[in-house]
Amino acid sequence: MKIAVLVKQVPSSEAKIRIGADGKSIDTAEVEWVVNPYDEFAMEAALQAKEKFSGEVTVIGLGGDKVEEALRQCLALGADKAMVLRDAAFEGSDSLGVARALTAAVKEVGPDVVFCGKLGIDHDNSAVGVMVAELMGWPHASVVSSLEFNDESSATVVREIEGGSETLSVKLPAVLAANKGLNEPRYANLKGIMMAKKKPMDVKDAAALGIDAGTVGAAGAMTTTESMQPPAERSAGRLIDGDPQQQVTELVRLLKDEAKVL
Amino acid sequence: MSRKILVFGEQRGGALKKPTMECVGLAKSLGDAEVIVIGSGISGVAETLAGTGVPVHAADDASLEYPSPELYVSAIQAAVDATGADVVLFSASAMGRDLAPRIAARNGAGFVSECLSLEADGDGFKARKSMYGGKAFAQVSVKSGAKLVATIKPGAYPAAETAGGGAVQPLSWSAPDNVGATVTAVEQIASDRPDLGEADTIVAGGRGLKEAEHFKLVEDVAAPLGAAVGASRAIVDAGWVPHHYQVGQTGTTVSPKLYIAMGISGAIQHLAGMRTSGCIVAVNKDPEAPIFKVADYGIVGDVFEVAPLLAEELKKATS
Ligand SMILES: Cc1cc2nc3c(=O)[nH]c(=O)nc-3n(C[C@H](O)[C@H](O)[C@H](O)COP(=O)(O)OP(=O)(O)OC[C@H]3O[C@@H](n4cnc5c(N)ncnc54)[C@H](O)[C@@H]3O)c2cc1C
Ligand SMILES: Nc1ncnc2c1ncn2[C@@H]1O[C@H](COP(=O)(O)O)[C@@H](O)[C@H]1O
Repeated sequence: MKIAVLVKQVPSSEAKIRIGADGKSIDTAEVEWVVNPYDEFAMEAALQAKEKFSGEVTVIGLGGDKVEEALRQCLALGADKAMVLRDAAFEGSDSLGVARALTAAVKEVGPDVVFCGKLGIDHDNSAVGVMVAELMGWPHASVVSSLEFNDESSATVVREIEGGSETLSVKLPAVLAANKGLNEPRYANLKGIMMAKKKPMDVKDAAALGIDAGTVGAAGAMTTTESMQPPAERSAGRLIDGDPQQQVTELVRLLKDEAKVL
Repeated sequence: MSRKILVFGEQRGGALKKPTMECVGLAKSLGDAEVIVIGSGISGVAETLAGTGVPVHAADDASLEYPSPELYVSAIQAAVDATGADVVLFSASAMGRDLAPRIAARNGAGFVSECLSLEADGDGFKARKSMYGGKAFAQVSVKSGAKLVATIKPGAYPAAETAGGGAVQPLSWSAPDNVGATVTAVEQIASDRPDLGEADTIVAGGRGLKEAEHFKLVEDVAAPLGAAVGASRAIVDAGWVPHHYQVGQTGTTVSPKLYIAMGISGAIQHLAGMRTSGCIVAVNKDPEAPIFKVADYGIVGDVFEVAPLLAEELKKATS
């Protein structure tokens, strides 16, 4: 089975986010970059599929120099190959631009299944994986929290919805967007880390992928981030004194009379 | 410029989802609004939507009982084509998030997700959304003249009012030949609590509750408030409550009018997901817990003592 995983590099969820000097992007000086947490579940699902059917896992990432670190981590976990999409023409891409470039890469790999994360914890978009499915003309399932392959051409998945779940029967090839809970991602061991150094990492630009530069990057983007603001500062409020009964009585009074939320 | 706006009317099992009405309200303020509603046995939902005074296109067919993405997308696209819509709005729900990116890609449209606001700006749009799980907010512009697909955060806009005058018409649509993903079952865990993402009031619990069965304390405080219940990741990971209870950067980002955190420390990832709430209350036995840095009202105390008393007082206050 040929498997592809879309992997994005994002600031760690622990990172303190500061707005950069340009006022429209974040200050990356002290940011620790990690594999997008949901893509870790996608990666694990890919490795389990490979263990089940044998085959090959290719990880694909679009981004700057540092993306290679994220992809190298995936190689250490057991992916076989990495493909980096990098070109000045990709800069300023919106979700659809990223999806167009990734779609070209997916076509080149020709997988039976593509795994991605349900959401990038950077821009909170939840868009790219589903867009790739659309551009490929493939089915998709998003927010996948359980997956069972029936055979190499179909799977039964469960996806999470508000207060419940949907079960889908999915014909492959398809894009499956992983949610937390799908599996327990493994850790890389030393042998994996050593082996990863020798695994191939192909860097491709727009021309190599046959992408029309006008459809990606700032040139193709329909949306632009104009400015960013930190969330409104909250100041610590008041601690309510007394014994528990007094505290609770006073709290309910404040909620009613002062905050007016009851 | 007069814009044509199509709203995806979300329903499940013949019940209209409340955030749809908010999208209709927004759509009416942006231009000529129409609605597409899809499902099986949905005439009631369609009539309710028409009651807001907008034309409603209904794709009502047994095959559409469950939201199989390719079927729903093809029906929405048929409505886009029939109405000539240049903007399509979805609510930022599990269903909206699943379908909207396909419609955006199919139409080469700009896509903005989880909008907190959306306004016309000349021949384009500007939207505001949260990023980094609530650690930053961004103003996003949509290019002049571009088509737009957006998902709107529940609660961001008031619901459309009843106006009368809308008519329901069946959508002329044919199913695509090859459907690769089919929803075969929908399981809805019966709950009288509202959804986390839509609730005005949320009561959330964390590891301070010590054991899974003590989550009942949270539910008891939520009950008199008609509140949704939420959780920190620590107790989701421990398996005490389902994943969809998680509030935070990698859970649901919420902004209710009142958020009550019980036995939650207030880790950066948790704060990111709830710090824009109107009023924050924290109950924690550690006065140094970071949650107190964002709380409007704090009780330093034992949740096992405070929660039952609070449930009791709230019952009195709200009855
Ligand atoms: C990639 C990543 C993503 C994450 N995403 C999220 C996320 O989206 N949401 C999230 O919540 N977390 C997230 N986390 C986890 C986060 O870092 C914290 O570990 C988690 O929020 C802690 O949960 P907690 O407050 O319940 O537990 P703890 O931090 O253990 O806090 C328990 C609190 O209970 C108090 N307490 C104990 N006993 C009592 C008592 N009897 N009465 C009153 N108070 C008591 C303690 O004083 C303490 O403050 C993420 C972590 C990572 C690495
Ligand atoms: N630049 C990228 N490179 C590789 N994969 C990406 C990229 N952007 C998004 N993805 C994939 O799409 C998923 C959803 O991302 P997003 O639409 O940005 O929220 C991520 O979890 C990744 O799997």
